Amino acid sequence: MKIVVTVKQVAALDDEFELLGDGSGVHPDSVELELNEWDAFSLEAALQLRERAGSDDEVVVVTVGGTESEETLVGCLAKGADRALRIWDSSLQGADVLVVARVLAAVVAHEAPDLVLCGVQSSDAVNGATGMALAGYLEMPHVAVVKALDYDPAGSVATVRRELEGGLVEVLRVGTPALLTIQTGINEPRYANLRAIKQASAKPLEVRTLAELGLDAAKVSMAAGSRRRKLRHPDAGGGAEMLDGSPSDVAARIVELVRERMTG
Amino acid sequence: MSGVLVVVETRRGELREVSLELVRAALGVKDSCGGRVLVAVLDHDPERFVRALSAEGVDEILLVYTPTEHFEAHVSQKALEELIDAERPGLVVLGHTINSLGFAPAVAARLGLGFASDVSSLWSAGGPMVSRGAYGDKLVAELEFPGKDCTLVMLRAGTFEPAAAGAQPVRARTVELALDGVAATEHVGFEEVQDTGVDITKAPFLVSIGRGVEDKDEIPRFEALAERLGGTLSVSRPLVDAGWVPSARQVGQSGKTVKPRVYLALGISGAVQHLAGMRTAETIIAVNTDPEAPIFGVAHYGAVADLFEVTDELERALD
Repeated sequence: MKIVVTVKQVAALDDEFELLGDGSGVHPDSVELELNEWDAFSLEAALQLRERAGSDDEVVVVTVGGTESEETLVGCLAKGADRALRIWDSSLQGADVLVVARVLAAVVAHEAPDLVLCGVQSSDAVNGATGMALAGYLEMPHVAVVKALDYDPAGSVATVRRELEGGLVEVLRVGTPALLTIQTGINEPRYANLRAIKQASAKPLEVRTLAELGLDAAKVSMAAGSRRRKLRHPDAGGGAEMLDGSPSDVAARIVELVRERMTG
Repeated sequence: MSGVLVVVETRRGELREVSLELVRAALGVKDSCGGRVLVAVLDHDPERFVRALSAEGVDEILLVYTPTEHFEAHVSQKALEELIDAERPGLVVLGHTINSLGFAPAVAARLGLGFASDVSSLWSAGGPMVSRGAYGDKLVAELEFPGKDCTLVMLRAGTFEPAAAGAQPVRARTVELALDGVAATEHVGFEEVQDTGVDITKAPFLVSIGRGVEDKDEIPRFEALAERLGGTLSVSRPLVDAGWVPSARQVGQSGKTVKPRVYLALGISGAVQHLAGMRTAETIIAVNTDPEAPIFGVAHYGAVADLFEVTDELERALD
């Protein structure tokens, strides 16, 4: 059994981030990079499936990203992934969701796994689309927003619980190979211990270019679904009236507002 | 390719609320996008929704009879691909909903469409344009779709006013599609939301806490605070994921949609999914340490402060 887990190193804006003057992006010093929260749950789901099954099983983590994303991959190896793949090409700078999915499709097709697990979405871009676009390219059966997963490798079938709006859950069965997008809360992601972190650097981490995957950079970039014209601050809108002063001033105003609104 | 194709959403015999919001958004760009709006219903029995979708300005309602009783992602995917092929729209509009997330990106990928999800604003300027959140909604990105004959956009639920329906019935046309054998999943059943006796949707005043609370042992303290203020405790998703609070108290897309008179958010940054469940509260008061937190974008009153310091003072004020 082989499981591919796609991961992303997301950019969290710090408190005092700066936009580039031309509105084309964010100043690189303003972001902190970390493993996407959703991907921690999909990796954990893969690791638990492997532990339940047997020793000849393999969990492979894949990312599309520059050298800076290796830290995330090593973190996944430390948690227990068997090997990692990083795909990069300078043409992928600023790649949109469909381009990333197109690249991942070439990797996954080559790996031919039994299951592909992706996070439902990334915390920075919040497209919620990479996994399903990948399934589209792969023509693989798929289920989005999975909050519980029971996989029977012998029967090549997974029984999943899909989380709908308002807390309603749909239970369904899907034949494998299949691609599932995993929702937070499906499990409790583990932390890597110090020894595992040290050992992780000895595990295979391969870097591949688009050419090595047999992909043509110009064609891949054609897959892009959109082009960003501008990045800007949100409209001020009505805007919140800010309550200034000490915590005790703020608390007093809150109590006053609550009483006024609840009795008025 | 021209015109707008809207794909509405049904669940268990009901038209989902987002449907008429999509229709309204499509009508808003109708004139500049080919002057035609088609509304497609993919359902086991689509005809029953014709009346509810008959909004002024809709040119035609397309009825697609699905072989499965409930939503099935692969059936919807195939149906949409065939509809795009047959109707040649320049713009396809769906909701950024759990069901649509299960197939629409696959359609965009396979057909090489322009694509944007979680869209909060749609307009036309020589082609469709959208804006959406970026960097966890702290910023706004404006996107264009150069060189695309057809663009698929998924609109965030609750951001567009619903179109008024039920006037003159709009002409309906059945579209025959070969959908038998397309389903790749088997529906086993639904699990209803558990009833825990707490109904946060009925509470007039919610004290809501999130990730900022950091420690399970703090929960009873906030429960007590809510009670002393005359309110009910609700939470954002991370506290339910952590198993600290039952899901009946969760506000947001995967939890409950609430509209209390007062919503006091303590240490909730305001992820998109959370805002979807509470943005229409009458009065929103937010306390957060991050001045850029998206919650301040929907709050009426805000304080950039540490939630524990404010909580200490709230408790003191109530003594």
